[in-house]
Amino acid sequence: MERHSATTLASALLLVFSSSVLAAPDGQRQAQLQHLLDQDCGACHGLYLTGGLGPPLTQAALAGKPRDSLIATVTQGRPGSAMPGWAPLLGPDDIRWLVDRLLQGKPAP
Amino acid sequence: MIRSVLSFSAALLLLSACAQTPLRGTGDLGVVVERASGSLQIIESERRTALGRVEGLGDLSHASVVFSRDQRYAYVFGRDGGLSKVDLLTQRIERRILQGGNSIGGAISQDGKLIAVSNYEPGGVKVFDARTLEQVADIPATPLPDGSKRSRVVGLVDAPGQRFVFSLFDTGEIWTADFSQGALPRIERFTAIGQQPYDALITPEGRYYMAGLFGEDGMAQLDLWHPERGVKRMLGHYGRGQARLPVYKMPHLEGWALADGQAFVPAVGHHQVLVMDARDWQQTDTIAVAGQPVFVTARPDARQLWVNFAYPDNDRVQVIDTQTHAIVADLRPGPAVLHMEFTARGDQVWLSVRDGNEVQVWDPYRLERLATLPTLSPSGIFFSSRAHKPGY
Repeated sequence: MERHSATTLASALLLVFSSSVLAAPDGQRQAQLQHLLDQDCGACHGLYLTGGLGPPLTQAALAGKPRDSLIATVTQGRPGSAMPGWAPLLGPDDIRWLVDRLLQGKPAP
Repeated sequence: MIRSVLSFSAALLLLSACAQTPLRGTGDLGVVVERASGSLQIIESERRTALGRVEGLGDLSHASVVFSRDQRYAYVFGRDGGLSKVDLLTQRIERRILQGGNSIGGAISQDGKLIAVSNYEPGGVKVFDARTLEQVADIPATPLPDGSKRSRVVGLVDAPGQRFVFSLFDTGEIWTADFSQGALPRIERFTAIGQQPYDALITPEGRYYMAGLFGEDGMAQLDLWHPERGVKRMLGHYGRGQARLPVYKMPHLEGWALADGQAFVPAVGHHQVLVMDARDWQQTDTIAVAGQPVFVTARPDARQLWVNFAYPDNDRVQVIDTQTHAIVADLRPGPAVLHMEFTARGDQVWLSVRDGNEVQVWDPYRLERLATLPTLSPSGIFFSSRAHKPGY
C-alpha cells in the first residue's frame, strides 16, 4: 500500500517534470519497456500483439487511431474493459515511447 | 563350438537391446511452455530434470495443456489457434492443426476421445477427435449486438457425463455441451449470469462450475447436479466500499484451492484471497496478500496454499496456512513467477520464473529450492498426472 502511494507520487512528479521537458527514455529503460510490451502487454494482447482478451495492437489494427487517444488509454485504462491504467507504474515518457513503438509496428520478439 | 554360437547370439541380443530405447512410463513426466520461442521442454519430476525440447508449436503466449489418459500425449493449445498433439516419449509433434485464429484453452472429455478448444476468434468452441485431430463439432458463441463478431469463450472445462462447460466473456453466459449421445452435442444455455466471466473452475467431483466475474464483484455458480435450478450468484459485493485497484494480469481460477472445507479464490481488483465455506458457498474470510493474486493453488495435502501475483508484484510467492489463514512464508523466487505446479502427491512444487529464464523445483514442506533448470521464458508447467484429474 505504501509503495503504491509512493509510485503514484513519483508518477505525479514525473508528470510535472515531463510536461516541461520531453525526455525520451534512455537505452536501458527502452529495453525494460520493450520487455514489458512483449511479456506483460503480451499477456492480454498476445506475444505478437495479434490480440487475446485485449484487442490486437498491430500496426494495421492501430491505423487511423489518434496518438493522443492511445496515450490516454494506456495512461488511464478503459473503463468497462479489462485494460488497466498504467499511470501508477509508468511515466508519461514511458507511455509515449510505448505508443510510438506500437504505431511504428513492433517487430516480433 | 556350441558355446561360441551361444555367446555370439547373446552378444547380438545385447547389441539390439542397446539400440532400442529402454522402456519407460510417462507418469513422472510433464511439460513446461516456453512462451517466447514456441517450444516445450519435457520434464521429469523423478530426477528433477529436463529430457528434451520440442519446437515448432507456434505462438505459445498463454498456452495450456491437457493429457491423454495413457499420459503419453500432451495436447497443446496455442494463442494462434494451434492445436498440437505432442508425444512425450518420442519428443515429437505427432499432429498439429490450426483450428482457429485466437484461442485461449482447452479440455479433454471424460472418455478421453474428444478435445475441446475455446476460441476468442472466431468466438466459440470447436471439438476434435483426440486421436486424429479431425473436427467433430463446431459450437459458435452468441453474436455481439453489433453483429461484428461472436463472444469470446473462456473457462472451458470437462464435466462428468461427457460434457464440456464454458463461459461467454462478452455476453455473460454459461453453456453446457453434452456429447453423451454422439458427435451432435446437446447445448444448454444460461444467460445473464453476470458481467464478463473471465475464467472458471469446477469442483473435483464435477458438481459445481463457478465462473469468476471481472465486470462486477462476485462469481456465478452452476450446480451440474441440478441445472434446472439455474445459475446462482456468489461472493456478491466482496469489494464493497473499497476502491478497485488496477489488475495488470487477469487472475486464473484453474488450480484454485479446496482445503479443510473451505474454498480459496483470488479476488479481482483487490489484493486479497477470498475464503468461502465449501458447503453453503458463503464468504467466511478475506486474507490480505502482497498483490493481485493470479493463482491460488493448494498443496495436494490441502494444508497450505501457494499464491503468486500479477505485475508488478510477480517476483513474490506467499504461502498461506489453510486453517489459521496466516501467511507462513513470503518467498522471492525470482523475477516474474508465472505458474506453480505441484506433483500429484505434493512432494515437489515447480515454479516458472519467466524473466529469470528458469524453472525452479521446491520442496514445499521445507520451503527449500531443490533444483533449477534453465528454460526460455517459461510460463505454464503441466504434469501428466493431470490426465486423471477431471476439470484439468
